Amino acid sequence: MNPARKRKLTIILFLLAGLAVAVGLTTYAFRQNINLFYDPTQIAEGEAPVDVRIRAGGMVEDGSVVRDPDSLKVEFRVTDFTSAVTVRYEGILPDLFAEGQGVVTTGQLNSDRVFVAEQVLAKHDEKYMPPEVSDALEKSKARAAEEGREMPEY
Amino acid sequence: MFPELGQVTLIIALLLSVLLAVVPLYGSLTNRDSLQAFARPLTAGQFVFIAIAFGILTRAFLIDDFSVAYVANQSNSLMPWYYKFSAVWGGHEGSLLLWILMLSGWTLAVATFSRRLPSVMVSQVLSVMGMVAVGFLLFILMTSNPFDRILPNVPADGADLNPLLQDFGLIIHPPMLYMGYVGFSVAFAFAIAALINGRLDAAWARWSRPWTSVAWGFLTIGIALGSWWAYYELGWGGWWFWDPVENASLLPWISGTALIHSLAVTEKRGVFKSWTVLLAILTFALSLLGAFLVRSGVITSVHSFASDPTRGAFLLGLLAVTVVVSLTLYAFRAPVVHTRATFGPLSREVFLPLNNVLLMAALLLVLVGTIFPLISDYFELGNISIGEPFFNLTFSPIAVAVGILLGVGIFSRWKKTDEGYLARKLIFPSIGSVVIAATVVLTMGTFDSPGFIGFLDDIQLWAFFGVLSASWVILATLQDLWTKSSSRHGRLHGLRRQSRSFYGMVLGHVGLAMVIAGATVVNNFGIERNVRMSPGDVAQVGDYQFSFASVGEREGPNFTALVARFDISRNGEPVATLYPERRRYVVQRNMMTEAGIDGGFLRDIFVAVAEPVDSNAWAVRLQYKPLVRWTWLGALVMAIGGFLAVSDRRYRIRDTATERKKASATPLPESRPAEAGV
Repeated sequence: MNPARKRKLTIILFLLAGLAVAVGLTTYAFRQNINLFYDPTQIAEGEAPVDVRIRAGGMVEDGSVVRDPDSLKVEFRVTDFTSAVTVRYEGILPDLFAEGQGVVTTGQLNSDRVFVAEQVLAKHDEKYMPPEVSDALEKSKARAAEEGREMPEY
Repeated sequence: MFPELGQVTLIIALLLSVLLAVVPLYGSLTNRDSLQAFARPLTAGQFVFIAIAFGILTRAFLIDDFSVAYVANQSNSLMPWYYKFSAVWGGHEGSLLLWILMLSGWTLAVATFSRRLPSVMVSQVLSVMGMVAVGFLLFILMTSNPFDRILPNVPADGADLNPLLQDFGLIIHPPMLYMGYVGFSVAFAFAIAALINGRLDAAWARWSRPWTSVAWGFLTIGIALGSWWAYYELGWGGWWFWDPVENASLLPWISGTALIHSLAVTEKRGVFKSWTVLLAILTFALSLLGAFLVRSGVITSVHSFASDPTRGAFLLGLLAVTVVVSLTLYAFRAPVVHTRATFGPLSREVFLPLNNVLLMAALLLVLVGTIFPLISDYFELGNISIGEPFFNLTFSPIAVAVGILLGVGIFSRWKKTDEGYLARKLIFPSIGSVVIAATVVLTMGTFDSPGFIGFLDDIQLWAFFGVLSASWVILATLQDLWTKSSSRHGRLHGLRRQSRSFYGMVLGHVGLAMVIAGATVVNNFGIERNVRMSPGDVAQVGDYQFSFASVGEREGPNFTALVARFDISRNGEPVATLYPERRRYVVQRNMMTEAGIDGGFLRDIFVAVAEPVDSNAWAVRLQYKPLVRWTWLGALVMAIGGFLAVSDRRYRIRDTATERKKASATPLPESRPAEAGV
């Protein structure tokens, strides 16, 4: 091989090595860190996996927020007005968290079908609804219309 | 009447941009000097009319003209004047106007500072920038007119600016960021002009370099300001969230960093020309992608205002046209001439592209992590999110590798580096960085697990590698500086002899090391506690005691606040008193957390009061954040390095004749040691 080709080959090999490392790392990290979104109805119907990091979201049910008197533990129910799931969380809730507001939580469903959240996100101003939540509510509304149920206004 | 006038000036600016895009380019292709001579007056005209439009919008804000819909949505008569001023770019329409103002400003700067360049080149560069301006002016006039009126029912008062944005950081963050984004359009225009006239040589790289470095410097500062703002204003003490909007700014930054290094090789040695041109196109395309991600509403965040599908479609179209046209041009005109320069496997010509390989890997990771959820959602493959762990896991090893490679690369020489020489040079940084990393990990870490195995478990490996990489870069840079500055006339004379671009490089690398060190230490050794506290309670965080002394109230201009008082002490010694607030903004009825921060070079103490959990108790976040400021200071040092490199005299003294000679003489006969700094 002449020197010019050899050099080109070295460069190409380096590029390929870099690419391989990048692809390998990405795939590995991807598997660990893709969090799928489930709405309360999907969780109630058992579609969501247990002990896997997922996201869940909907509206915080009125009157469902219960705080522990000695710590930052809090429990509330998230609903799409068809089904609801109990969420347990310890930590600081976002400024705009309130009953009747949309939230998206990240965490794991435990064997008792309670959602143990690591993170709770609320919308960050009053005009904005998380897109996952509005999708979930739309789906729930369609289902309610099919079954002839009443949906509350939100 | 003024707002209508603003719209008219924008339309005039559009007409001038169209002329700028066509006339000088046509003149340059047909060799008509009379047509090329239009480039500079058209550029000046375009800038003046856009500046007038910007002035008119600013006036509407300052005099509370709520008949203008944009002002009514973004401002309020209660706001202090400086927030009214910064509210001009607080929303979508106004920030686009700022974007265009900067674009025309950059174009004017190119027209002003390029008197020594061949007129064909200048005409083509200005024409390409004119085309970019046409795209954005059409965008603003067709989808986002800031001068739309609400008539006849003029609102009595405005809706107020989002309280998150009523902050000093917002006054300067977007302008800096836009200076960077838009500045890359200059490098892009030079690349396209070089492709059009087929002059892809060392001279071209030399002309592009200062513009690219300045744009990169602004973008660096803009990103750091955004991170700093998120740290103290979003209230929770994180400094980087891998939020899609942050990533949108990081993508052109990574690509721009690669471009700066690639331009250095192309300028000095005349190699990797095609790659450099491609990077210039990629960097600008990523700036457009960033604009699309942020402005189209596909991502919801503080940055995306009312989403409007036509805006997204327009920006996507602009991006597509740019990429397709540039790449087609590239396919036809990319240099077919093979470079005759030869270099060995350990030469600087190899180390610099290797840095590009790592940066491209990082770019790919961030890009995939950012747009994969969008693609998955669009094709209904499921609504997914990719969280911070993905980015931390994949980005950290690359950052460490970049640092290690950089330390070796500093000592490499153009053409060929002797292995033994390189190995000798690396002895000091190797030993030094291992000692520093071990010391940091052993003194800052906590070792409470029993036995030797427990000790091994407690060692934080990533912290070790991060600190190792950072100190490796700094030690190698210092040693390089030491070697280069040796002189018969004393050390000071030797230091003074070095060029400004060399010092620019030194600062760039030291800044990067500071960012890596800061990020590693704060992420591994920072302490965060969320506790429930009432006045009178004391909480321990690391060595510090946080004592919740009292709560009070305060009236601001457009908010009311609950103010807490925290006395911080360390082993009984008072350190600081902090007053974190919870503000309720009257008009928008928003709650905002205003953190109390005691900042320092080596550590920050951070207190934020969150929601009340009882009648007299609050959720409180207490943090000890070692070296957190280094992430922003490092970015600032990097940016200063970029600006310093541009002030180097070699960009000023050479005239066109020597450029030509130099260009035709590529590859360079020998690189002088004084030029070794890239």
